[in-house]
Amino acid sequence: MDLEPLISRTKLGAAGETGSWRNYRPVVKRELCNVCKTCLSYCPEGVINEMIEIDYRFCKGCGICKEICKQKAIEMVPE
Amino acid sequence: MILPGNTSCQGCPISLAMRCLDEIENPVLVIPAGCSTVVAGLHPNSAMKIPVIHVPFASTNAVACGLKEAYKRLGVEANVIAWMGDGAADIGFATLSASAARRDDIITVVVDNEAYMNTGTQASLSTFWKAKTTTSPLGKGDEKRDLALIMIAHRADYVATATVGYVEDLRRKFRRAGELKGFRFIHIHCPCPPGWRFPSEKTIEIARKAVASGAWALFEYYNGKLRFSGVGKRYVDKGNRISLADYLRSQGRFEHLSDEDINELENAIEKEWEIIRKFSND
Ligand SMILES: Cc1ncc(C[n+]2csc(CCOP(=O)(O)OP(=O)(O)O)c2C)c(N)n1
Ligand code: SF4
Ligand code: SF4
Ligand code: SF4
Ligand SMILES: [Mg+2]
Repeated sequence: MDLEPLISRTKLGAAGETGSWRNYRPVVKRELCNVCKTCLSYCPEGVINEMIEIDYRFCKGCGICKEICKQKAIEMVPE
Repeated sequence: MILPGNTSCQGCPISLAMRCLDEIENPVLVIPAGCSTVVAGLHPNSAMKIPVIHVPFASTNAVACGLKEAYKRLGVEANVIAWMGDGAADIGFATLSASAARRDDIITVVVDNEAYMNTGTQASLSTFWKAKTTTSPLGKGDEKRDLALIMIAHRADYVATATVGYVEDLRRKFRRAGELKGFRFIHIHCPCPPGWRFPSEKTIEIARKAVASGAWALFEYYNGKLRFSGVGKRYVDKGNRISLADYLRSQGRFEHLSDEDINELENAIEKEWEIIRKFSND
């Protein structure tokens, strides 16, 4: 039996470029960020990297990073 | 273990819990229907970097058990994980219970968003007392069942409660479960923005309020002992807790509650803690 059609394959953006869902864009204010990486740990989407750069192709704009940041270094800007 | 650009809603707790899976070596997921199914990817795409088998509800732990035994015979090192929602734990309960009693060498994870979210927020046995769902439009009247204590009563090898509100603690528990053998069970509290009706940026804050108000106890049970987890320890003492109203009033599903209702819920939680303390050696 050919099982191939039954198998799903790993894909970045399995649901497409989910950045288009965003109403607000998180923007990091570099002068306030101390690179504590808390936002990186709590971003449900996993789109914040070690340099605290956000991948806007997939960031859904949930705002969790803004809420969790003690430095208030993330601002949600309307798209 | 999950790639960006998946189908999870904004602020999804399950997606965050799936990220934490990278603490476990060679995981293989067995997932019954629910949000996790959809988040893991719709055919022919998978958002997961690891193997996933999608299964019918009541078969979940049976499939996981068979898979683990097959891997053993083939000499493949794998951590088979039965990954399910609270509704699946209701529907597949007999299978789950039998799996625990057999001490299947697998990890069972319940991502508990306190309702059947994927089908539109129907009440489950895990739904919080008095919460509004589409099948409890006046607030849930039935009892809330405590899965972790039930698993302890099966004398499972490892039982832990965790929350997406504290991912370091969750990751540590995943790591420990991954290193142990036998039947391991992790119950993760998963506040869900659309289902509980709160803004997507509040997932973590609400998860932490659940712990700080005593509504969600954090503990681990192994070697016959229950230990409270560091981040939640201070809330074992009622005097250190925030008010339960603070937790409940931040969610639309409790908008109808009166002050008397909240008093009643405080008593329900106290009774719960009395039971948990009986298991505790702390
Ligand atoms: C045998 C069977 N009955 C009913 C359904 C419909 N169904 C799909 S998901 C779901 C609820 C899942 O709830 P839960 O396990 O809590 O997962 P959640 O979506 O909340 O994460 C139901 C009843 C189904 N897919 N299969
Ligand atoms: S949480 Fe705030 S301070 Fe910490 S890394 Fe993120 S943006 Fe920077
Ligand atoms: S808005 Fe949400 S998805 Fe986007 S970077 Fe912040 S936490 Fe991640
Ligand atoms: S309904 Fe809740 S648990 Fe389900 S995908 Fe959306 S946020 Fe996640
Ligand atoms: Mg559920």
